[in-house]
Formats: sequence, C-alpha cells, structure tokens
Amino acid sequence: MAELLQFIFSGLTVGAVYALVALGFTIIYNASDVVNFAQGEFVMLGGMATVFLAAAGLPLPLAAIAAVVITVAVGLGLYLFAIKPARGASAVTLIIITIGASIALRGAAQIVFDKQFHRLPSFSGDDPIHILGATILPQSLWVIGGAGVILAALWWFFRVTLTGKAVLATAANRLAASLVGIDTRFVVGLSFALSAGIGAIAGILVAPITLTSYEVGTMLALKGFAAAMLGGMGNPIGAVAGGLLIGLLEAFGAGYLSSTYKDAFAFVVILLVLFVMPGGLFGARSVERV
Amino acid sequence: MTCHSALKSLLGGATLALALAAPALAQETIKIGAVLSATGPASFLGDPEEKTLKLYVDRLNAAGGVGGRKIQLVTYDDGGDANKAKTFAQRLVEEDKVVAMVGGSTTGTTMAMIPVFEDAEVPFISLAGAIEIVEPVRKFVFKTPHTDKMACEKIFDDLKKRSLAKIGLVSGTGGFGASMRKQCLAVAAKYGVEIVADETYGPKDTDVTPQLTKIKGTAGLQAVVNADFGQGPAIVTRNYRQLGITLPFYQSHGVASKQFIDLAGEAANGVRLPASALLVADKLPDSDPQKKTVVDYKTTFEENTKQPVSTFGGHAYDGLMMVVDAVKRTNSTEPKKLRDAIEATKGLMGTAGAITMTPTDHMGLDLTAFRMLEIKNGEWTLAN
Repeated sequence: MAELLQFIFSGLTVGAVYALVALGFTIIYNASDVVNFAQGEFVMLGGMATVFLAAAGLPLPLAAIAAVVITVAVGLGLYLFAIKPARGASAVTLIIITIGASIALRGAAQIVFDKQFHRLPSFSGDDPIHILGATILPQSLWVIGGAGVILAALWWFFRVTLTGKAVLATAANRLAASLVGIDTRFVVGLSFALSAGIGAIAGILVAPITLTSYEVGTMLALKGFAAAMLGGMGNPIGAVAGGLLIGLLEAFGAGYLSSTYKDAFAFVVILLVLFVMPGGLFGARSVERV
Repeated sequence: MTCHSALKSLLGGATLALALAAPALAQETIKIGAVLSATGPASFLGDPEEKTLKLYVDRLNAAGGVGGRKIQLVTYDDGGDANKAKTFAQRLVEEDKVVAMVGGSTTGTTMAMIPVFEDAEVPFISLAGAIEIVEPVRKFVFKTPHTDKMACEKIFDDLKKRSLAKIGLVSGTGGFGASMRKQCLAVAAKYGVEIVADETYGPKDTDVTPQLTKIKGTAGLQAVVNADFGQGPAIVTRNYRQLGITLPFYQSHGVASKQFIDLAGEAANGVRLPASALLVADKLPDSDPQKKTVVDYKTTFEENTKQPVSTFGGHAYDGLMMVVDAVKRTNSTEPKKLRDAIEATKGLMGTAGAITMTPTDHMGLDLTAFRMLEIKNGEWTLAN
C-alpha cells in the first residue's frame, strides 16, 4: 500500500510537469497548427534564468517573476522574428523553424548561462511529508498545485474572457474568425506568449526537484509531445490527462516491472492507445471535409 | 582577374606558406591532441579537463617547454557525442599529426576513438573511468583515472570493515553506470557482499523514488550503492533522503566534484565515496607522499580558473604529465618511442596516485590510490 502510494506520488509529480509542457504544445497548436518543438526550451529558460537571477542577488520570488517575463519575451520574439515572417508557409515548414529555434536557444543558453547543472532552493523546505508510509516533498505539492492553478486559470481565460474566446474561435476556424473581426495574428502571438509563460513556470517549479541545465528541455519536449499526442493533440484536458498518465506509467513501470524498461513500457502503452484511438484519448474524431 | 580567382590564388599562397612552415615547426614542438567533452552532458568532465590542459601547457611553455621543445595543444569539443569524437580523432592523426593524445572524457567517446589511435599507432591516454579501456590491454591505449572495478572493490572493502554484507545496487544505464554495475556484480563475491536488489535508471531521469522504494522494501538490506556519474547521483541522493532511508549510502568516484555536493544539498551529508586524494588535499597528513602534488595542482587550478578543483581536471593533469615525462626520458617526439616510454612510466606521482605502468597494466594505479571519503556538513572528509 505504502509502495503503491509512493509510486503514485512519484508519477503525479513527474506527470504534472509533462502535463504543463503538453499544455504549451496544445495552446500553440490550436492557434496556429504549429507543433512548437521549442516548448521544452521555455521550461529550461524559466529554470535557468531564475537560477542565475537569484545567484545575481535577486530575491527568489522576484527572480522567478523576472524569469517568466524573460521567457515570455523570448516566446514573443520567436513568433515575431521566426514564425510571423514565414506566414503562409506550410505547418511543416513552421515546425522545422521551431526545431531550429530550439537548437538556437539551447546554444544561446550554453553561452549566456553555463553548461553545469543547477538547483533552486525548495520553496517550502526539503522535509518530506509522510502520508500512510509514503513520502512526498513539499515541492512536489507546489508542482502539482501549480499545474492545477494554471489549468484553472486557462479554463477561466478561454471560457470567460473575450480574448480567450477569440483564441478558441481562431482555433476552430481561422478564416471565419478573421472574418468576424478577430486579429488572428495577435491571437497566434498571444498563444506563443502564453505557452512560454506556462513553460517558464513549469521550469521554475520543478528546478528544485529535478535540477536544471541548458539541455533539460530536450527530454521534456519529447515527453510533453508524447503526452499531448496521447491525450489528443489540441485538447487541453487531454494534454493534462496524457501527461499525468505517462508520469504514472513510468513510475509503475519502474516500480512493478523493470526499471530498465520503464520508458519502453510507457511508450508501448502510448503506441497501443494510438493504435486503437488514432486521435488520442480525448481527440476529436477527425472528419475529412470535402 | 575576377574576385574569385584572386581569392583562390591568395588561398593557394597561404597554403603553400603553411606547408613549407609545417616541417620546421614539427621538429620544435610537441603536438598533443585532446578531444574532450567540453560541452554537453559530460561537460562537468570535459570543462575542467580542457582548462587544466590549457593552463599547464601554457605554464610549461612559459617555463621554457620540455627539454627545449614547446608544447602545442590541439583541442576539439565532441559535446559528449561518440561519433563526433571519432571524427575529431581522425582529424588529429591525419591532419594535425599529433604525437600523443590526452583526452576522451567519457568511456563512450574513448571507446569510439580507440581504433583510430591503434591504427595510426599514436599513444592515447584516456581520461575516462571504465575498465574496458585498458582491459584487454591495447598497445597504444592508456588511462589515468581509477577504474570502476577499483571503486567497487574500495566500497566493498569498506562495507566489510563495517560488517555490512547485503546491499542494494542502483545504477544509471549510461556507459559509466552500466560498466560499474557489471564490475560490482563481478567482484561482490570476493568481498562476501551479496547484492540483494539491483535497479537501474536512465541518464535523463528526474525521479528515482520508484526504484528506491523497491530497494527499500528488500528484506535484509544493509547498505545501498549508487553507480553513476553526473546529475543522476544527485537526484538519487535527494530521493534517498526523501524516502527516509537511513542505511549507509555509497556513491562512486564519478561524483567526486563539488558540484555533487551543491546539487544534492543537505542530502549529501553522510554519503561515502572512494575518490582520489585531491579532494582532501588540505586534510592529508604532511607525511603523505601525494600531498605536494595534489596541493600544488589544487592551488594552481583554483587560482587560475576561480573554480573549485575536481578530480576530472586532475586526470587531465596526470595524462599530460605522463606524456611530458615520456618526452623527457626519450628526448624524442616519435609516437612509437613515446608509447614505449609511457609504458615504462614508474612511480610518477599524479593527482590520482603513484603511476607505475607495465606491459600488462596500462593504468598503473592500485587500491591505495583511492581514499574513502565521507561528506560531512557539505565538505569532503577522510573516513575512518
């Protein structure tokens, strides 16, 4: 029982991070059909910028806020200087641009920051909380809670605010949206800023647990992308469910089966799901328009 | 004349000038190559190694070189990628025509480069840990760091002294972790150690609590050994404390840098590991024959780079000194003569210990070169 609970805690913590990365993928994909492979670099930037700003003497909360602002600026920059000039290009071209951007950002991070691993102090100490024989770090609660708050905020933004509805409208049908007066370019720019912000927050929340370096983004982008695909590309609920599911699969795979094959185990399950449900768990059944 | 052809003739002239100058230079300089993982996941190895080589080559040259010859260092950064390392190794022997190579930060890059240097018959002193590099012995391949097998033996030796016999092993699946796991499994019986739990994790895993939970639940467990290097052990150490496991915890020499203590934080306290004397240079008794070498290297490195010393930079120092020593003894820069001289290295005091090579031992260190350290209050201390 204690073992099971420990695996669940581990899976939820890791899964919450995957979920946040998958959310970033989803938001940009919805607004622009682009799969932004620089999403992992946003996570890296959030963590690394906080580490270095804090080291430069800024108090941690201020450093975190500044890091989010910087990452959002980088996200906007990516849109303004790389995606926007290529408007009209096919989605594949744009995806390749984001891969290039991710390599460039990683390279720049090596120079601006450094090549070492870094750690942020935990927000509420390092003493684990004991629950029924299992333990969870207070920082894990920050990660899981943070993911919950971000999800709620997104829900509010998309369902309640006019801007959020404009994003949804653009996601549904870009041409129709621009015909009713929605500035779709603004919407796409906004989605990049939003994804960058979410990525940065994820990067800051996990840095005390998972450590951070200039290249943590690569693995996270891969897992986040898998989570988004598993949940159904374009569906925010699916992204979160996919992320948590992969996290749990990895933890159970390592705990109950063989730790050597835990990644394989997770990916086999993803393949099986996609084989039966090509659109993902929560994906819309795609209807071919004639 | 078009702009293009002007450029061509200019280039042609420059190449010719270089070609004419090259033989004259080759007689005067000792050209040493270094393919290092200065960036990428193994940069914590390659970075101090590169800094050490540059620093000491400059110092040797400033002091008049070796036997009147200046040293010329050619470095390449493989980013931790074995394929790139191999390409650079080929460039070193074919284009740069180096007389010896000091490099290969990881076991993976080293193994990829071995055939190149064996074929070209150029001595290759590797800075990587795994025993596969020198076992079986290859004619032109040497290495400076202690092997993972020795690390296992030193740890098991310490376990035996503390009367602990049943251990859990948690290892990374990367080159270093996988190799050390194999060696530990192989030598365990010799020390009466029984490995009751054997778990692994990937090089980029950020959470090892499931594996540790499994180990924690193993009946009769008395101690846990983590075989890996890089950030993985820091995460394992933090997870170990998170789960509230209080059994003795051992790390390998792969984490012997200040960075491990910084990353693992409080959780690092109480961790034991075998490592070279370099980490406790100041704490060694004055009677220790290694003291002068390690204190000198530590002060020089720290003053010039403003970074805390790591054993990895020390391996590069040892490798460079082996080549320098060989050049002095043979008074030649012929690769084959250098190889023979390196194999005849005797009692050369390095940061890893006294090095005595033989035709059957291309590492030249014994267990006494390892010290058992314990981290106390975020500092390395000598255990026992």
